[in-house]
Amino acid sequence: MKLNLKIWRQKNAKSKGEMKDYPINGIEGDMSFLEMLDVLNEELINKGEEPVQFDHDCREGICGSCSLQINGEPHGPDRLVTTCQLHMRKFNDGDTIVIEPFRATAFPVIKDLVIDRSAFDRIQQVGGYISVNTSGNTVDANATPIEKENADDSFYAATCIGCGACVAACKNASAMLFTSAKVSQFALLPQGRVEATERVQSMVRQMDLEGFGNCTNTGACEVECPKGISLENIARMNREYLSANLKG
Amino acid sequence: MSGLIKSSIARKVVMALSGLFLVFFLAQHFTINVTSVLAPETFNEWSHFMGYNGLVQFVLQPILIAGVIVHFVMGIVLELQNNKARAIKYKKYSGGANASWMSRNMIITGLVVLAFLGLHFYDFWIHEMDYKYISVNPENPTRYLEETVHKFEPVWRTALYVVSFVLLALHLWHGFASSFQSMGVNNKYTPAIQTFTKIYAVAIPAGFIFIALYHHFNPITQ
Repeated sequence: MKLNLKIWRQKNAKSKGEMKDYPINGIEGDMSFLEMLDVLNEELINKGEEPVQFDHDCREGICGSCSLQINGEPHGPDRLVTTCQLHMRKFNDGDTIVIEPFRATAFPVIKDLVIDRSAFDRIQQVGGYISVNTSGNTVDANATPIEKENADDSFYAATCIGCGACVAACKNASAMLFTSAKVSQFALLPQGRVEATERVQSMVRQMDLEGFGNCTNTGACEVECPKGISLENIARMNREYLSANLKG
Repeated sequence: MSGLIKSSIARKVVMALSGLFLVFFLAQHFTINVTSVLAPETFNEWSHFMGYNGLVQFVLQPILIAGVIVHFVMGIVLELQNNKARAIKYKKYSGGANASWMSRNMIITGLVVLAFLGLHFYDFWIHEMDYKYISVNPENPTRYLEETVHKFEPVWRTALYVVSFVLLALHLWHGFASSFQSMGVNNKYTPAIQTFTKIYAVAIPAGFIFIALYHHFNPITQ
């Protein structure tokens, strides 16, 4: 397969950056998107040029490291997959593929396609946990009965890998889907209810401080999320937030 | 509570509540307007009541104007903040791949509807204020139908009304159901809310368009 890649190149966080063309040959349909970029980087290194920097780690859709905007969509045209799980068979011989970093003011570019997603870490740090006394009298989690529906919804919310595709897809660069998944996974369980009020207030406050946009319910985040996190989580966070604040 | 006022979720709830209020008002407005076609005498009676009832004029009308102002000011504020949240734009952005045109262009449809409201206020509200409070004309309970029909004589005005209501339909198509999501309602009733939204978004603007066209093609000749 022969392709024309248009890739965002940016020397460092302060430089301007631009799109550059890279024609590439010999790409197999069974290669993953990142393997295709590995081939490109081998060629660039052999030519003595700077390889394209991009985030990756597990390469099996679990870690949430890979983060490319491919032809205008986070993680490319396939659904419920991360960039590392996207295969080149989704493209045709002769295609032009535009590759950019996830764009958001809260996700500044560090170099080429690598972005700083520590804004997500800070949202997690202010409330994405439960406080448990571990001094020896901890209650066994399985000893607390939990409704099956709530346990399932909590589990689905917890499958969010924090890749940032929701922010990248949203026309407003809103982080509501991510934050709501992190709020929901605890709000649905009795262990998480203890700190539910402070958690939702802190996490929403931090989300706003990071400079993410406002949710306008376009639903783009849900469509592009590689883990299928539902908009129901955003509605749940809105309820949690309103009741937390109206309580005082 | 101070955190609530500054938060993105609170801003969305303000948009949702003011939007739902305007949706309710639209239905009430349509109910009165449709009588101009179906029962002209009733139209005159109801219009006169609305124009001279103290509660409507001095309590409900200011609330309505405040609702419109809050909705559009908050809409502009949200748009500016959202633009700032992605200061560097994508070279290629396939918005249509994951969201409807209506949901992505609420600011455009909203601004067109706002521009239409300017014309609508000029046509009817300012005229009424002049008739009652500046020129101080006597009460005339039978004047409303004739005045309304005369407004729709020019093709350009009728065309602007039709175009504006098409844009309003697109605005409602996303906005009505979206307001429930903003207020935290996403449950087993959501499919029914979405279906009702689509019916409402088509039926009410189509009804207003029918009324405008009906009066344009059936002028009052004396």
